[in-house]
Amino acid sequence: MSIEASVFQGLSWNVPADVRALVSYHFMVNALEAGTAVAVMAGAIGWFMVLRRQTFAGHTLAVIAFPGAAGASLAGLPLVAGYFGACVAGALALAGVSADRTGSHSRESAATGTVQAFALGLGFLFVGLYHGLLNGLDALLFGTFLGITDGQARTLVAVAAGALLVLAVAGRPLLFASVDGDVARAAGVPVRALSLGFLVLLGLAVAATSQITGALLVFALLVAPAATAQQLTARPLPGLGLSVGIGLAVTWLGLALAYFSIYPAGFFITSLAFGAYVTARVFRAVRTD
Amino acid sequence: MFAHEFMRNALLAGTFVGAACGLVGYFVVLRAQVFAADALSHVAFAGALAAVAFGVDVRVGLFATAIVVAVGMGGLGERAHADDVAIGTVFAWILGLGVLFLAIFTTRSSAGNGTAAVRVLFGSIFGLSGSDASIAAAVSVAAIAATLAAARPLFFASLDPDVAAAQGVPVRLLGLGFLAVLGAVAAEATQAVGALLLLGLVAAPAAAAHRLARSPYVGLALSTAFAVGAVWLGLALSYVEARVPPSTAIISVATLLLVLAAGGGRAASALPRRLRRATPR
Repeated sequence: MSIEASVFQGLSWNVPADVRALVSYHFMVNALEAGTAVAVMAGAIGWFMVLRRQTFAGHTLAVIAFPGAAGASLAGLPLVAGYFGACVAGALALAGVSADRTGSHSRESAATGTVQAFALGLGFLFVGLYHGLLNGLDALLFGTFLGITDGQARTLVAVAAGALLVLAVAGRPLLFASVDGDVARAAGVPVRALSLGFLVLLGLAVAATSQITGALLVFALLVAPAATAQQLTARPLPGLGLSVGIGLAVTWLGLALAYFSIYPAGFFITSLAFGAYVTARVFRAVRTD
Repeated sequence: MFAHEFMRNALLAGTFVGAACGLVGYFVVLRAQVFAADALSHVAFAGALAAVAFGVDVRVGLFATAIVVAVGMGGLGERAHADDVAIGTVFAWILGLGVLFLAIFTTRSSAGNGTAAVRVLFGSIFGLSGSDASIAAAVSVAAIAATLAAARPLFFASLDPDVAAAQGVPVRLLGLGFLAVLGAVAAEATQAVGALLLLGLVAAPAAAAHRLARSPYVGLALSTAFAVGAVWLGLALSYVEARVPPSTAIISVATLLLVLAAGGGRAASALPRRLRRATPR
């Protein structure tokens, strides 16, 4: 038996049959639906995040999702409320930290790091207080796409649609403010309000994503497709499209591979995303030579 | 409290690991490499899980991955400063690898549970044996000695790399060496407070010291003292209230210190302004 056969069970290399097998289970349809919504939203918002150099803030928000979910399960609230509540609260806290104009950039990132570690510490405390959640802890940190309910999938689609709508309306001024904040401010663009709004939007995207990928792997969908797209093109619209496209491809392929294999989806999604990024860098290096 | 051996071991390891984190953390904040430290902590997690999955000693996995990745990150970027997006993409992937190793481990061992991962992620300072604690102390002392020996040129290279390079300071080499030391400290601290929380011990005391101290050496001493103090207070808190895990208690104390320092720093900088306003012209 070859390694391939033992790792990928039930994969026949007959693509239509494989796809039919994939969508024959209701949980897989839910996972693909939720994954699609998340990939589109993360690709678009991630593009702005990479442009604004807010990767550290994005990662911190992602991590805050974990204590939110753990706290919600401790208090008996629905997990979704915990994810969204914590991430939006985290976005406001980060905006407060960065609004503190007395500090330099490095102090600001140190404060961000402290917020992150404290949030994780809280999450660990909640998990400890809520006994017997060790397997749940794995799911919170690394995600599970097997148990997505109809309601969850619908919520994710609704959130993604809302976020994209906001982005479509505020996209132009946000782009202006991200590329050149000073000129934008002089031109009357509300830079501060936009920056706060963007952090909240990022919090929403992260909260939605972490339900699928787990708090620790959100980053793969948020940063890697966007970074890949920005390696390939600097123009906004093609870049956004490319970022969303890469996110979709990575998510679909990752979920499909995970379905046929014994290994977790998080591994396949992150590896595919990283592979795309490396390929883009190599491609760019070759082209500029 | 000191009657228990696990408590003595925790204090021994915690003191030295805390001192190393505070000392190195001061430079991390000064050089704006907090995100790199964050990435290293996650990389340490993947390394430890890889070691567990393949049946190697956890410490080997921790140190090997943290130091190799630290130097690799430094080598990628200009002047041993990798950019955030590259770091983010690399460590998202390495975390994904960590998940794979976790899956390999849990499918291979029939006991199949997440305890090993939890220990790595959130630390187990009360579970350290006497020899674990001595090794932790020795590694920390070595890291402290290396940092102190290079403190002067490192300050120079961090504050003004161009002038330092013109003066013949090996800026790039210092940057690489510093990242390697940071990797070793991250690997060691992973065992004490866990891969996910060590960022707090690196960033919070240092950020507090940066707000309070004007002179670099005072700041260095303050940062070290804050980190050690946070470890001691956190351990004592967790001993008194057993439901609070030690790593959570330590990070909470460190965060509180930063909040107090930020408040104090703002009050101190507001004071002269108020005095100026009060004095009649």
